[in-house]
Amino acid sequence: MRVMAQIAMVMNLDKCIGCHTCSVTCKQTWTNRAGVEYAWFNNVETRPGQGYPRRHEDQERWRGGWELTRRGRLRPRSGGRLRRLVSIFANPVLPNIRDYYEPWTYDYRTLTEAPTGDDFPVAAPRSLISGERMDTVPWSANWDDNLGGMPQHGPDDPVLARMSEQVRLEFEQAFMFYLPRICEHCLNPSCVATCPSGALYKRAEDGIVLVDQDRCRGWRMCVTGCPYKKIYFNHRTGKAEKCTFCYPRVEAGLPTVCSETCVGRLRNLGVLLYDADRVREAAATPKEQDLYEAQLRLFLDPHDPAVADAAERAGIPLAWLDAARRSPVYDLIATHRVALPLHPEYRTMPMVWYVPPLSPVVESLTATGHDGEDEQNLFGAIETLRIPVAYLAELFTAGDTAPVDAALRRLAAMRAHRRRLNLGDAPDPAIAASVGMTTEQLDDMYRLLALAKYEDRYVIPTAAVGAAEALEESALGGCSLDFEGGPGMGGGHGSGPFGEASGRPAPAAVENFHALRSRATDDRPADAAGPGARVNLLNWDGNGRPAGLFPPRPERDTTDDTHTGER
Amino acid sequence: MAALNTFLWGALPYLAIGLLISGTIWRYRYDRFGWTTRSSELYESRLLRIGSPLFHIGLFFVIAGHVIGLLIPASWTAAVGVNEATYHALALALGVVAGVLTFGGLVLLIWRRRTTGPVFLATTRNDKVMYVFLVAALGTGLATTLINAFGATYDYRTTVSPWLRSLFTFLPDTGLMAEAPTEYHLHVTIALLLFALLPFTRLVHAFTAPVAYLFRPYLVYRSRDVTRGPGTARPRRGWERTGS
Repeated sequence: MRVMAQIAMVMNLDKCIGCHTCSVTCKQTWTNRAGVEYAWFNNVETRPGQGYPRRHEDQERWRGGWELTRRGRLRPRSGGRLRRLVSIFANPVLPNIRDYYEPWTYDYRTLTEAPTGDDFPVAAPRSLISGERMDTVPWSANWDDNLGGMPQHGPDDPVLARMSEQVRLEFEQAFMFYLPRICEHCLNPSCVATCPSGALYKRAEDGIVLVDQDRCRGWRMCVTGCPYKKIYFNHRTGKAEKCTFCYPRVEAGLPTVCSETCVGRLRNLGVLLYDADRVREAAATPKEQDLYEAQLRLFLDPHDPAVADAAERAGIPLAWLDAARRSPVYDLIATHRVALPLHPEYRTMPMVWYVPPLSPVVESLTATGHDGEDEQNLFGAIETLRIPVAYLAELFTAGDTAPVDAALRRLAAMRAHRRRLNLGDAPDPAIAASVGMTTEQLDDMYRLLALAKYEDRYVIPTAAVGAAEALEESALGGCSLDFEGGPGMGGGHGSGPFGEASGRPAPAAVENFHALRSRATDDRPADAAGPGARVNLLNWDGNGRPAGLFPPRPERDTTDDTHTGER
Repeated sequence: MAALNTFLWGALPYLAIGLLISGTIWRYRYDRFGWTTRSSELYESRLLRIGSPLFHIGLFFVIAGHVIGLLIPASWTAAVGVNEATYHALALALGVVAGVLTFGGLVLLIWRRRTTGPVFLATTRNDKVMYVFLVAALGTGLATTLINAFGATYDYRTTVSPWLRSLFTFLPDTGLMAEAPTEYHLHVTIALLLFALLPFTRLVHAFTAPVAYLFRPYLVYRSRDVTRGPGTARPRRGWERTGS
């Protein structure tokens, strides 16, 4: 047994309202830079729907994740080592920018510079890739937002395509829900396996999967390797980038930005202990439907003295063991078994799990005039509404409806149990017993899922107290990486002497210091990049007067300018 | 003229190789972040999927041909029973095929770069300079081969090859190279300049060809190194802390 710790996430889909706050805050923190305009480390998809990038779950086409060879061994679906090196000159299955979407900005100058007239000036979209005017904006990261199951988009859902025709037809009336997605920080990451340079790695301490920007050579095999398509190629720096699990924050004991800003408070973060020696064996489980159980068996019970002993021998700090014992993630995944992995059939052993949504069931019950909170009604409905369950099973358990069914029943039982308490009735132990739980367990689930207090949702041990303070500063002080001369950010075309953004990246704290200082004191606009450069309003920090953003000032204002610091 | 010959065939090779080695070391130390292929496949993949393998695989053959033609003395090949005529025919046939593949791939890639809007937009001045030298080096090389194949036959293994080998002994026989026809002079000079330029372009990605990938386990675990973590990284020269 080799005990390793992993910081994992569980999202309670019942509470996701699809507000995209997580996506926006994540973008502002990590990807508000040139080269990754199209990249959303966190995105929220409407399901059923195509997702982002379009139809990324269609592994027949995109070749992500692992497959079993005839001899039962694991191999990346895109091919083994030799095949990868042979195809290195042009990755045969790299998504095109249009499979994500062509990022754009608007021609705001036409608004401010339009002459007085009868017609309203229009800010036309302009591509950030080609610089050309775009006639229409045809797609984006959440173009089918709230359109789940619509005839235009529903049939393009690869998950839906695996279900029968009859199911698909009925589905349009059935339900829709939101699925926020980040990098899964898998136990058996296929992106790491497909990186020829060894730049992608899984951190031994907390299991976060990161790209070493100094070692990445831009072979872009990881983009193909990841079945969730959560590795993005920065087309300006020529390097892969991905969700970092906000490691500078997590190291300081803070939740990730997407978790912190989630208005639905649906994200849980905590430590899981697992047996790293058995990961490969578990991922090579022959039957796809057994992968969920196989992954469950990898997780070690932190309350078990033998595990605690092994963890100590493996050098896991006591604070981490303690956090593992209080981990909401462990409770939801292993104790209450209401959380399920996303697409276990990719064999990557993903570590961002989801509590399946019960609300579609409740809603359709209520719509038919039934009591949507009554446990008998709910159980019956879960049984009858096979379509949502089958769809969820395609997402979370490779099509096996039993675990989804069980999880939804537990959620239903919790609802019914808490309603009795709410109405002043005595708790009925039969409710809990009918789903194989105790009333105390239901209350604990209620604490985690419904009350979801900050300190219950996020149980994150700090990486090292000494280092934490320095890291905290870099994570919290303003916008992470976006400044001129930084690691590939800021500046216009051809910034470095050897191509885009060459030069040595500064250490985070130094970089942060300069970024903050330039934000605070510099009277140059942050994105003044020479002639032809355009200001992206999303990225504009309010500093300076970028050309074309405001109408010209009358000359006499110069004395005022010295007072206001040209702001 | 003699001075020029001495410079071109006696000094330039050492300057170019010196710059190639020191430049690469310098780049690796100070610009590892900029060390990438800077692929544009995200923008356009249809033409790249033909042009890039053509160019790269062709280039392997070109390099192999140079190694055989320049480093292996004619006496060795003769010793294994390959006479000059056979060798010549073989080298020219393979050389023409490899050269045409490589040059064709390169032309396709440059055409793609020029005509695909986003790819052209992402082309830096550095890239353009590099392409000029790359095209010139490959073009003169291919021209030399073609002249040799269809025009006057020239046995470079009696002049160019011994000259190159003499460079390794640090006693360059510049006279041998000076004898060679103009096209060889051009090709060698441009190639040497390309070598000197190489560390400062995106071509450096060739030096980190991921051969080790074949021998490493699929999963890579790395430890978060506290002593070299963000904020504790060794500062740039001249920015060290004082008094600690």
